[in-house]
Amino acid sequence: MSEVKIKNETMSAILDKYNKDKGHLIAILQDVQAEYNYLPREALYYVSNELEIPLSQVYSVATFFKGFSLKPRGRHTIHVCMGTACHVRGAMQILEQIQTETKTDCDGTSEDGKFTLESVNCVGACALGPLVVVDGEYSGQMTVNKVKPLLENYD
Amino acid sequence: MNDKNSKLTSIKELELKRAQIIAERPDVATISVCCGTGCQAFGGQKIAKAFVDSIASHGLQESVAVKTTGCHGFCERGLLVVIRPQNILYQHVELEDVEEIMNETILKGNVIERLLYITSDGTTRITAEEDVPFYKKQQRLVFGANGYIDPTEIDDYIAIGGYSALAKAFSSMEPEQVIDEIDRAGLRGRGGGGFPTAKKWKSTREAHGEVKYVICNCDEGDPGAFMDRSLMEGNPHSIIEGMIIGAYAAAANSGIVYIRNEYPLAVKNTEIAIRQAQKYGLLGDDILGSGFNFNIVISRGGGAFVCGESTALMASIEGKVGEPRAKYVHTSEKGLYDRPTVLNNVETWANVPLIINRGASWYSSIGTEHSKGTKIFSLVGKINHTGLVEVPMGITLREIIYEIGGGIPDNKKFKAVLTGGPSGGCIPESLLDLPVDFDELTRVGSMMGSGAMIVLDENNCVVDIARYFLKFLEEESCGKCVPCREGLERMRQILDDISEGKGTESHLGILEEMSESIKVGSLCGLGQTAPNPVMTTLKYFREEYLAHIVDKKCPAGVCKSLVTYNIVDENCTACRICVKNCPAGAIEFIAKKTPVVLHQEMCTKCGACMDVCKFDAVEIR
Repeated sequence: MSEVKIKNETMSAILDKYNKDKGHLIAILQDVQAEYNYLPREALYYVSNELEIPLSQVYSVATFFKGFSLKPRGRHTIHVCMGTACHVRGAMQILEQIQTETKTDCDGTSEDGKFTLESVNCVGACALGPLVVVDGEYSGQMTVNKVKPLLENYD
Repeated sequence: MNDKNSKLTSIKELELKRAQIIAERPDVATISVCCGTGCQAFGGQKIAKAFVDSIASHGLQESVAVKTTGCHGFCERGLLVVIRPQNILYQHVELEDVEEIMNETILKGNVIERLLYITSDGTTRITAEEDVPFYKKQQRLVFGANGYIDPTEIDDYIAIGGYSALAKAFSSMEPEQVIDEIDRAGLRGRGGGGFPTAKKWKSTREAHGEVKYVICNCDEGDPGAFMDRSLMEGNPHSIIEGMIIGAYAAAANSGIVYIRNEYPLAVKNTEIAIRQAQKYGLLGDDILGSGFNFNIVISRGGGAFVCGESTALMASIEGKVGEPRAKYVHTSEKGLYDRPTVLNNVETWANVPLIINRGASWYSSIGTEHSKGTKIFSLVGKINHTGLVEVPMGITLREIIYEIGGGIPDNKKFKAVLTGGPSGGCIPESLLDLPVDFDELTRVGSMMGSGAMIVLDENNCVVDIARYFLKFLEEESCGKCVPCREGLERMRQILDDISEGKGTESHLGILEEMSESIKVGSLCGLGQTAPNPVMTTLKYFREEYLAHIVDKKCPAGVCKSLVTYNIVDENCTACRICVKNCPAGAIEFIAKKTPVVLHQEMCTKCGACMDVCKFDAVEIR
């Protein structure tokens, strides 16, 4: 998938919201990601220039935290909960099945740009485990056989 | 109400406000709908709206109210609805049940049997919330208010006595007395370390510097723990009140709530709560006319387990990579931006108003000698009553798992309970009568941690669990210390080998040796405790490791390389359900009344056939 073009107005609005304060780098990157669904390369340059933080430091923050993605994401984001409670109830099998169905590796995006598959450590809804979250919608008590029907709801 | 006259400028005004709120609330029936993250997934908001609509269509707005609350705790039975004042608990409520509840319970006063809790032996249905075994043995001091208040309504919190502890502290206690009260109560940090809270406050108070901070740690990274999320979502004002009192005691004027970005509802409810508290003048300048200034901002975490560690968390607030630093100088003296900083966990803060209101001697009468008060645990995994339980310190694991938790589902055999998350350990059945407190759990090689309790049954493999935690920590290690960064990876590779049947007996010695080195050679808590799951499983379940190594078998049937799925011919009715459901197409239908054939070379061992088979005709060997 190709990189998106960033808009200077959008970027400066985000930076102004935080008074261009270096201390808010993480919050700024979170807002950028909320806007573009990932962190475009151009956006990192922009943030680095405007906040006067070395690009290396912006990059290190953007790659350290799991919540950030440097690659464009698909139309739908699938989060598979890999927390302990989900793990002991078979989350690994669910993840593998989703990988097979979407022909995607974990932390990858399907070729048609439809799904991005990511694992998360725990969303704190353990009673529902094993749990899959697609675009913020929770699907609990998953089984291998429920994977295909679930993904068919999205296009 | 405009901002000017909504501001409370004295304690007297707060009390008048409280009286006014209570007086204006008609004594009506309340339908309390759980809208915590778990129950929202069962349609919490939709169901609450359906109740509101139905009340309107019946013209009952004057006599029945709907309350959308935070998590009630009994997540397994979501969606939960409680009808007050009778306290009727309805479980697994669906949208279709709303009209029946309105017609039968609200209008006629009848109890709907089918929605009640039923005991595990299937004989008795229980009506009242407090009589359900899950709730009966709990002591819900911190968590109890969740079911009664709408977290987005500050008036709800004030109506149940909220901010009265703050008023008490301001009107009758010097900061030193507040610290002394917390000290005598014996409050220890609920985030895992168990460090005495009063000590932290005192050293920050005594530290030099004009600017001081208090931080609330809601970076609940421990997988399987969700009590902080539920408190933050369900009762944010109790945490804000605790923080104001703590700031008053430690002489700090700025507060930060650090919340995981994976908890969107907690972020939202905290934002609302802070705004409301500011509007009432409970945050800001000259709080309640005391002359004390304090404000709170939210900082969202970027998703790194290590940021639960105090120095890493502070680095992350400063916009830096979340790497811990050595604590030769405590953060209470040099923390955020090198200023004196008090950092406590969500649950710790929520305990503070309770102690100030009811006194240290009352609080310290609960619990064990060195662990006072209650602790909230998230009881998850192979357990009948998944949910959040608040119990006095010193209760036994057996009571929590069997009496409150309702035991293991499907009559399976209990194997172990994991406490303390990735830093904790595996506690076997022989230690189930252990009283749960900070020191006892540490003594057996585990720890309290933030309070996750993951129950394992006979179908869980301890090698797999140890490997799971190592993989988790390997990914979450920040990479600063070599023993943690490289050592955990090497240990995980050894466990990979063992789970694939390539292990040797000498591996166990290497694992033990490496565990010791990583423990002493790492800077922060993550590395120091990382070997715990391996060490405890080796200590209590060595046989199971040896089964993988010597017999090349996984007794629990989990480690894929060591198991095969097989069709039990005599049970197979050739119903073809497994054939239809096998995602790999590995099962072949031969003929009617002839057992199906599973082609091992195509099998991905996903377990789908076993899940769907109704005749026990699939087995793991």
